[in-house]
Amino acid sequence: MGPGLDLFAAVAPEGAWTVSQVTRRARALVEGGLEPLWVRGEISGFKAWQSGHWYFTLRDRGAQIRCVMFQKDNRRLPTAPADGLQVFVFARPTVWEEKGEFRLTVADLLSTEAGGLWQLAFEKAKAALAKDGLLDPARKRPLPPYPLRIALVTSPDGAALRDIIAVAGRRWPVAELLVVPTRVQGDGAEDEICAALGLVCRIEGLDLVIIGRGGGSREDLWTFNHERVARAVAALPVPVVSAVGHETDVTLCDLVADLRAPTPSAAAESATPDRGDVLAELDHLGVRLARALGGRSGRMAERLARGFDRLTGALERRLERHGHELAGLAGRLDALSPLKILDRGYAVARDRQGRVLKHVAQFTDGLPFRLRVTDGDVAARAGES
Amino acid sequence: MAPREPLSFAQQLDRLEEIVRRLESQDLNVDLDEALKLFEEGVERLREARERLTAAEAQVKQVLADRAGNFKVEDFDA
Repeated sequence: MGPGLDLFAAVAPEGAWTVSQVTRRARALVEGGLEPLWVRGEISGFKAWQSGHWYFTLRDRGAQIRCVMFQKDNRRLPTAPADGLQVFVFARPTVWEEKGEFRLTVADLLSTEAGGLWQLAFEKAKAALAKDGLLDPARKRPLPPYPLRIALVTSPDGAALRDIIAVAGRRWPVAELLVVPTRVQGDGAEDEICAALGLVCRIEGLDLVIIGRGGGSREDLWTFNHERVARAVAALPVPVVSAVGHETDVTLCDLVADLRAPTPSAAAESATPDRGDVLAELDHLGVRLARALGGRSGRMAERLARGFDRLTGALERRLERHGHELAGLAGRLDALSPLKILDRGYAVARDRQGRVLKHVAQFTDGLPFRLRVTDGDVAARAGES
Repeated sequence: MAPREPLSFAQQLDRLEEIVRRLESQDLNVDLDEALKLFEEGVERLREARERLTAAEAQVKQVLADRAGNFKVEDFDA
């Protein structure tokens, strides 16, 4: 017993302190004496309880402190830290009276490694998606060339929605735009997005989905890195264009979508054809249609002309054949000519008047007549022999 | 939700393209009568497609679900 220690000055009015009194006093002293502070250390003995609270130890070479991070605080983090991870915690030192334990109540936790917890969570979810083949490029579907009904899954009052409506409305007012409103950041936003995507699956006649939001901090964009959101996007029955944040932000939602656009405006642009272009295409088809019919009737006329030629040819050939027949006929007629008979040695007798003398009675005695033989006339006279 | 057209715009364009190609082909099985019929259909489809493009006025609606899981479509004021 040291000389400076007055044993009885430490007696409480009741005689002795209770355990609870001591721990309460200790807690008041610790909380009063140590403001909330950032502490650096390594995670060990991490355990997430059913309640959602996290318990772990933070240590360095020389010491360790028990830590708790309640569910209301840890739900903002992308994932639970693994043992061995170097972290900064923002914490309030306290005494846990029930166990008489000095500990830190952690309000925030950051990995000291590049990208830290966010990167860890991202890689973990990405690996899970890849394992199920959801990142396979072969899964990517072509966008419909002329979408008539497009669902827009985004915040109803964000700049992203205004941009998409402006661009799609200018390029392709033919399409009906269906806004499926959802919060895109903050606690529970991922649940809302999943619900909105579930609703999208039930819209009839849908051609295309655009999902996205404008730029924001990594925490703001994180909703689109939730594995559940990515899976809901991958499960959509129609092609999806994803545009989350700016060019440099790539989320899991972007990776599973059929097309990733750098911005919401660009998403609307790649999702729609330009009406002017399509009208020009129609005009071109019209010209081809008319030209094709013209060409075809031209060919028809040609065929008719060829047919006509063949017909006249046939007629001519036919006439020619008939000509030969006529010539033959003429030959036959010629053969019947009396002159031909004279050729064969017959003669025709005619009187002075040229009448043909065919009967004996016509040849009266002394009647002069002429005999026509094949090469001329001879004078003759009938007489008694 | 309005009932959909029996032929989508894309199908309409495909049919049009097919008609033009058949007319352009040297296929002589298509006689003049049939060619005229194809041409008439082509003109009709062109007219329809053009109407669909030009009559359209950008429409923005919003889809909302109630607690029972039913959903309704209303006009959306951007």
